[in-house]
Amino acid sequence: MTEAERLAALETNLHKRIRMANDAAQKPLSADDITDIVKQVISSLTGEITAADLKFYAELEDLAQYIRNAKEEIAAIKPKDISSSHIPHATNELDAVVGATEEATNKIMDVCDVISSLAEQCPPEIKEQLISCTTRIFEACNFQDITGQRITKVVLTLKYIDTKIEAILKALGDEIHRNENAAETKKPDDLEKALLNGPQLPQNAIDQATIDRLMSGDNG
Amino acid sequence: MAVDMNMNILIVDDYKTMLRIIENLLKQLGFKNVFQATDGSMALRMLRENTYGLVISDWNMEPMTGLQLLKEIRADEKLKKIPFIMVTAESKVENVAAAKEAGVNNYIVKPFNAETLKQKISAVLGAF
Repeated sequence: MTEAERLAALETNLHKRIRMANDAAQKPLSADDITDIVKQVISSLTGEITAADLKFYAELEDLAQYIRNAKEEIAAIKPKDISSSHIPHATNELDAVVGATEEATNKIMDVCDVISSLAEQCPPEIKEQLISCTTRIFEACNFQDITGQRITKVVLTLKYIDTKIEAILKALGDEIHRNENAAETKKPDDLEKALLNGPQLPQNAIDQATIDRLMSGDNG
Repeated sequence: MAVDMNMNILIVDDYKTMLRIIENLLKQLGFKNVFQATDGSMALRMLRENTYGLVISDWNMEPMTGLQLLKEIRADEKLKKIPFIMVTAESKVENVAAAKEAGVNNYIVKPFNAETLKQKISAVLGAF
């Protein structure tokens, strides 16, 4: 048997064993599982192991190590948190931006309506100037629709990224979740830094009356 | 022929703030009878129940888009001659081409101002 034929047979044998193990496990194999299979195949070889066999084995081991490292790195960034926490949080923040600017826009337009009513009681040249001003304000309020649509696009992009992360996690199997749990525990944040969270979503925020009560020492 | 400032104008947008902006601008231009619909299917119902001299519609709405509304209007024997102006943030060449092919009379890209609105209405209905 030539060296090329031996390598081809070895490869076929490896593929077959990995496929069988995959079928038996009914989930993606871990890097350790694959390493074990490679070891079994190598140990089952009869006759002398050639330099090419050893090189092939070393390459496979490198590959297995590479996959193992990649999984650990992915686990370290806590990909599950991206889906369960970061992306929902980001989309909620963006929804709040749309809601707040919409509310502000409507308040601005309410005031414009009042100014337009008052303009009716003014001399013609003043009335004309006031109406011209309110028209320009209404024109400027167009921004709300455009920013709303742009933010919606960003939200859709985030949801797309979320589905892709889910797909990657599914493809990599349970090992990611196990590694994730074993990944470094979160370092305690600096207390002052942890207090800096920016504006709160409406449902999480407390109003000024509550703040006043807290400041006056009334916690009830 | 002078533009009838008392004609019914139907504005269609799923975004109520935008409806308010357009209605206000139309009233500033002197139009007295402005009606609102929040999507294409609601607009179509209103168009079949009353007479309108102009439709000003957004494109991106659900369940019926502005383009679908335009096609429905042009396919309806009783409605097909109503002037239709698209007011939208969709600003690609292919959007304008599709709207033109469907029979739009004019096309305004958001954000827009009162002067642009006046110019486009004048181009469709005549000077006012």
